[in-house]
Amino acid sequence: MSEQAAGLELRCDDAARKAVLHLCGNWIQGAEVPSFPELRAQLNAAAPQELSLDSTELGQWDSLLMALLLQCHNYCREHDIELLNDDLPENARRLLRIATSVPPQRREPRARTRWWQGGHPLAVLRNLRDDLRLSLAFFGDVCLALWALLRGRANTRFTDFRHFCYQAGPDAFAIISLTSILVGMILGYLGAVQLQQFGAGIYVADLVVIGLLREMGVLMTAIVMAGRTGAAYAAQLGTMQASEEIDAVRTMGVSPIEFLVTPRILALVVMMPLLTIYANLLGILGGGIVAGGMGISPLQYISQASAAISLPHIGVGLLKSVVFAILIAIAGCRSGIQSGRDSAGVGQAATEAVVTALVYLIVADAAVNILFQHLGV
Amino acid sequence: MNDSVREVHIEVHDLAMAFGSNVIQRDLEFAVYRGDIFVIMGGSGCGKSTLLKHMLGLIEPAAGEILYDGKSFTRASSAERDLMRRGWGITYQSGGLFSAMSLEQNVSLPLQLYTDYTAAQIADVVDYKLSLVGLGGFQRYYPAEISGGMRKRAALARAIALDPQILFFDEPSAGLDPISSRLLDDLILQLKESMGATVVMVTHELESIFAIATNSVYLDASSRTMIDYGDPRQLRDRSEQPVVRQFLARSAGAGEDQGSE
Repeated sequence: MSEQAAGLELRCDDAARKAVLHLCGNWIQGAEVPSFPELRAQLNAAAPQELSLDSTELGQWDSLLMALLLQCHNYCREHDIELLNDDLPENARRLLRIATSVPPQRREPRARTRWWQGGHPLAVLRNLRDDLRLSLAFFGDVCLALWALLRGRANTRFTDFRHFCYQAGPDAFAIISLTSILVGMILGYLGAVQLQQFGAGIYVADLVVIGLLREMGVLMTAIVMAGRTGAAYAAQLGTMQASEEIDAVRTMGVSPIEFLVTPRILALVVMMPLLTIYANLLGILGGGIVAGGMGISPLQYISQASAAISLPHIGVGLLKSVVFAILIAIAGCRSGIQSGRDSAGVGQAATEAVVTALVYLIVADAAVNILFQHLGV
Repeated sequence: MNDSVREVHIEVHDLAMAFGSNVIQRDLEFAVYRGDIFVIMGGSGCGKSTLLKHMLGLIEPAAGEILYDGKSFTRASSAERDLMRRGWGITYQSGGLFSAMSLEQNVSLPLQLYTDYTAAQIADVVDYKLSLVGLGGFQRYYPAEISGGMRKRAALARAIALDPQILFFDEPSAGLDPISSRLLDDLILQLKESMGATVVMVTHELESIFAIATNSVYLDASSRTMIDYGDPRQLRDRSEQPVVRQFLARSAGAGEDQGSE
């Protein structure tokens, strides 16, 4: 076997319109290997009717040689050149035969739209409309499922319910504790800087309590839960969709909404108000730490804070927490159930769940605030 | 193939597989020779796929050793294992293609990782590998856009991207119609002969077993060990174990169902 570098040489017999392609050297990975475009130029120039392959000086070879031979074969087929490969090593001839037994597919796959190609305003509107329709349809399905549950005719499995409650509740304590203490402290600082200018430092307690109870406690809890539980729901249901589990549920004659979505929504609806109360307590504690730093004694803070706590404030917060829980669970479950059937689809569903949940949250929060402003609560 | 000198390629010594205290199989002792198409067979739930996962190093054995070319894989460091794995091509039961990548990207991934080919060479080699499995021109398709049989073949194209010495298959023809499954068997056989690779496969498709297997091991679920070893055609006619004969002759009472594991 030769030790020389890989090479090829095209020897033409112009009179007979025949050409011989001499292959020599080692065609293996790491070696410098001729490329097909050079050979194509030579073949175009020679335009033979018959091309034979000579591999007497060929050393070791691997897929690189085969890739070139395949291109050579395809070129010959397109240009009606007869390719004689009897001289090739047995293995190479057999591999070439397998590779050429099915002619290459010419049809291009359906074009995929990329996000940067989706800029057409009409298309965006159309997408929005379809999305809205799907969301409403899903919301309607959920309402029907809940109604069926109320009438006691739903196939809802409550064995999973406790597990979902645990996931959505106690599992979230650590992160909720951290965020709510910090939010309480942030509110405290915000108020302290302004209020101290007027010598009204003691009202930090009112600000923290009202701010947390009505707004920040429940909103922060909802944002954390959208990231934790909403995304988890989307990923679970998306994976079930990908592995045809949802199809299985459907063909058993059970509504996947009743079977899979209802317990998740209920779990979140039960746990969110509890988490909100917990977050509010810790947030008030966080505000108290800041107040302590300002020279307000704990006793002063507690008496001022407890005076600020009133039923409407707590009620508004809890109402919001229920609304937010429904929105988060619906956004998560909808993205999951309607996700694509591959890993990319599941990832997209999780992203979509969080993004839609956050949008829903902000819009709903604004709507509730405006409503109560007008009602004077 | 010169059958006169059979060189041992893979050895399994005294292997025991267990999940915790639950022993799946023990006392497994067999050799796979170079150029063999070696089939791991047995009833559902006997640990065929688990054995394959042990051979691939996805699960650590409870006891015993697996050797490739006389070198211990079980005791190798993870860097050495990666080096040994480079000579392997593996197709998984459900294909294992990356669904977010086109077929071209799937097949070129190992080439990009482990060769110094230029981009143009990679494209040529990918075209060649896809042509070998009859999928020339499907470079820009995504796994979700092609049929199940095509996905299996695309997975095979990715497995042979680096011209492996050993090809592992987990249920290659599961879920395929008889014709596609036959074509896949032929393809495996032709590729194996042309590339000179050793093939290890888990299957309970009797047709494939008799069509292409040259050697096999039968794992028994109830006694939790291998109860026979040899050419499946000879086992069918001459095995001393009635269970194996029943399995291979597909008669009732072998306690076998055809569900995928």
